[in-house]
Amino acid sequence: MRVAPEGRGLRALVLAALAFGLIGPIAAGLWATARAGFGVMPVIGATEASLAPWSALFALPGLATSLKVTAFTGIVSTLLSLILALALTAALQPRLTGGRAARLLAPFLAIPHAALAIGLAFVLTPSGWIARLLAPILGLDRPPDIALVGDPWGIALILGLMLKEVPFLMLVSLAGLTQIPLAQHLAAGRSLGYGRAAVWLKLIVPQLWPLIRLPVMVVLAYALSTVEMGLILGPSNPPVLAVLLTRLFFAPDTALLLPASAGALLQGGLVAAAFALLWLTERALAMAGRFWLCRGGRGHGLDPILPLARGLGMIAAALGALAMLALLTWSFAWRWPWPAALPESWSLRAWTGAAPGLARALGLTLALALATTALSLALAVAWLEGEDRARSPRAPWAEALIYLPLLVPQIGFLYGLNVLFLRLGLSGGLAAVIWAQALFVFPYVMITLSDPWRALDPRLARAAASLGAGPWRRLFTVKLPVLIAPILTAAAIGVAVSVAQYLPTLFMGAGRIATLTTEAVTLSSGSDRRVTGAYATLQTALPLAAYAAAFLVPALLHRDRRALRGGGA
Amino acid sequence: MRLHLAAAALAASLATAPAVADDWQATLDAARGQTVFWNAWGGDGRTNAFIDWVGDETARRFGVEVRHVKLTDTAEAVTRVISEKAAGRDEGGSVDMIWINGPNFLAMKEQGLLHGPFVESLPNAAYLDLSPGAPATVDFTEPVEGMESPWRLARFVFAFDTARIDVPPETMAEFVPWAEAHPGRMTHPDPSNFMGATFLKQALIELAPDASALQSPAGDAVFAEATAPLWAWYDALRPNLWRGGAAFPENESIQQQLMNDGEIDIAMYFDPAAPAAAIRQGLLPDTARVFVPKGGSIGNVSFVAIPYNAANREGAMVVANFLLAPETQAQMQNIDVLGAFSVLDPARLDDAGRAAFAALPDDPALPRLDELGPTLIEPHASWMTRLTEAWADRNTR
Repeated sequence: MRVAPEGRGLRALVLAALAFGLIGPIAAGLWATARAGFGVMPVIGATEASLAPWSALFALPGLATSLKVTAFTGIVSTLLSLILALALTAALQPRLTGGRAARLLAPFLAIPHAALAIGLAFVLTPSGWIARLLAPILGLDRPPDIALVGDPWGIALILGLMLKEVPFLMLVSLAGLTQIPLAQHLAAGRSLGYGRAAVWLKLIVPQLWPLIRLPVMVVLAYALSTVEMGLILGPSNPPVLAVLLTRLFFAPDTALLLPASAGALLQGGLVAAAFALLWLTERALAMAGRFWLCRGGRGHGLDPILPLARGLGMIAAALGALAMLALLTWSFAWRWPWPAALPESWSLRAWTGAAPGLARALGLTLALALATTALSLALAVAWLEGEDRARSPRAPWAEALIYLPLLVPQIGFLYGLNVLFLRLGLSGGLAAVIWAQALFVFPYVMITLSDPWRALDPRLARAAASLGAGPWRRLFTVKLPVLIAPILTAAAIGVAVSVAQYLPTLFMGAGRIATLTTEAVTLSSGSDRRVTGAYATLQTALPLAAYAAAFLVPALLHRDRRALRGGGA
Repeated sequence: MRLHLAAAALAASLATAPAVADDWQATLDAARGQTVFWNAWGGDGRTNAFIDWVGDETARRFGVEVRHVKLTDTAEAVTRVISEKAAGRDEGGSVDMIWINGPNFLAMKEQGLLHGPFVESLPNAAYLDLSPGAPATVDFTEPVEGMESPWRLARFVFAFDTARIDVPPETMAEFVPWAEAHPGRMTHPDPSNFMGATFLKQALIELAPDASALQSPAGDAVFAEATAPLWAWYDALRPNLWRGGAAFPENESIQQQLMNDGEIDIAMYFDPAAPAAAIRQGLLPDTARVFVPKGGSIGNVSFVAIPYNAANREGAMVVANFLLAPETQAQMQNIDVLGAFSVLDPARLDDAGRAAFAALPDDPALPRLDELGPTLIEPHASWMTRLTEAWADRNTR
């Protein structure tokens, strides 16, 4: 009985922190954007509410095409990523548990979206690496004039998104599987004569789906609103909606801020519509699936899916690895003209030339990553511990709340958020950037930490309680040490997310907080691959070091505790 | 009272020169210890290095530090000042100085977002030609009125690879037959980008029936009449552009990368020294050279402006003044450093200043000013907006 008020206090504290720190800013940002979208933005002299921004938006040439391409690339990339991630998980699961999976996936999780996109563009483009290898064989003296990157359908964009999202979805699927009595269900299915793929499809995936639904929605929202990847890999005339809006937001004519804001609302609407579609599909599949399950087919015909997935997964991994290798090679190149397969001349200038700025940016990036991750981790642990003490599962609204910053397109609230921070006198400082980054780091930390936390054997805490340990002692001496591996994995992901933040850092830091990512984007404007390569290597190295620490620290701490060693996530 | 005013006016007229000097000393005193946040496009490593050098020098000489806030687009800084105004932060703003261009200058001037006039209070403004109508007094036909200070010249030029092309097109009109003979070998940045719009403007000036109409705001009828030949020219050109005219590079540096990758043979810049600089950076083949259309090319002056709420206004003025010093301008025009052409009026330089410019090194890829032909004046800023919109209307589906 003594425990209850304490638990309630902790929960109230966490809720208050979230309400003021998370929902408040986002709501304020959305409010400012919504007002501007309906014509009210006093600072540029717009005071009359009207629908004019909307008619200006819909009068933009190519808007319909842009919407179509955005919806197509967003939905198709998410769908394909999900299918491939599940099939790969099923195909590799017996050999791919815990730390091994995380080690394999870590580089793909660590590399920032923009860097991967630039590397991939160089691999795929008609003057790129693959074409250069083929040029002597095919006798090409000039690159063929084919749109392999930036194609009107957005195929290259879909591919780039998949390279980033499949590893992420695999990671959350593997974490989700720890919640399911996997071995028993697989054995039961096999003993009833179901094929391997069929067991997964009929038994495991329906149980896994509720555990990965929100991460899938995060992927969907990201794919529909990415600026960097759309810019580098997507079509250009017209571009995807988020790129179109960025152009409007940064047009010299400030009156365009109004239709840009209306467009940000439209972007939000598009994401909401995609969520509705997902929900409808889920319902329809649930009904059709029940029928299909009851028919009882053993589904041996499905088994070739698994080697196929393995093959596709290997191709994807090879492409991703090539993209990363391309960036690393470029960072040491000097001249590397078409059709040379390797640089004509080498140089360290990309590294040494940027060195002074690089060192400062590295320091700031590291400081920001540590601060945002520590903050997010503390909040996440407090939230999860609060749930434990209340002995209540998470309400759906609370779940949605955590994910809110990832579900609302960034461009829809960052401008308004900036105005709010300015009013509070916060903008332009480290604190503002930490706050803004934490909005996006916290959800990922929660995604990664929640499942291992719930999977913790409750008997440990009960045993400690029966030995007289209070709730705080149980938290600090039992739960946290046992959960050190997943906590460090969550921290590593937090570091990766923090390092990659571009728009929040730029807006809230008034451009003064120069991190690796903001420097990489501005220095090269996306075009000097050597500089991009140097920065991207560091951008990837920092989270990779965090992942390495996440594997090594538990292994060292728990070198004599076998069950605690493997990264649970 | 009247007598007092008259006396003051007399005193002021008698003592103009010392008064300016005193005021400037006051500015220098106030600036000491300030850190100027200079918001400038950060996409060019050599410009970034030059800005770093400027900061080292102003710190050493005047105790004014410079921090380069690197932008991907100048409008970022404009948006930042707007959101500060929205939040009521009328003092202590985060942007002290902006490297600004015509359309953004017009927007900020119209919205009352600029500090000034301040140019005439800069001692080094004496080296500028500020007579009415001089290039440093108008920005996209908008009168500068002392609200922004010049620092480098911009000229529109093309670059081509002499190893691949023998004779580049001589006029904008000749791009059509050239592209027909070399399909897919040229393109231009998307016109929503500054450089893409400039390409269209360059063609517009050459092709418009009456180029003088471009100096006034673009009304509907005038716009339709002036642009009709442009669109006929573009419709003939577009099918033979890179990717069949269905995709365009985002900006000039992406286009330069396409040229370096061998995908196209022509790039374009707003700086005659840019190709020479790019060769030295390994970003273009050694065989790249500059060409301009026979009738000359668009030129303008790059300026720096100070927002109305700048926290370090005096420091920004000290930096703007330092940028106009003859030795700074000579350093800037040195192709080993940056190569950007100076904005100073040679006639106003003293012997030491002239000698500094005469001693600058040469580069085979660097054109001489007389090779660039006449400078064409920028159309009124409204033409750029309308051209961009009309291009999208015609070419984006």
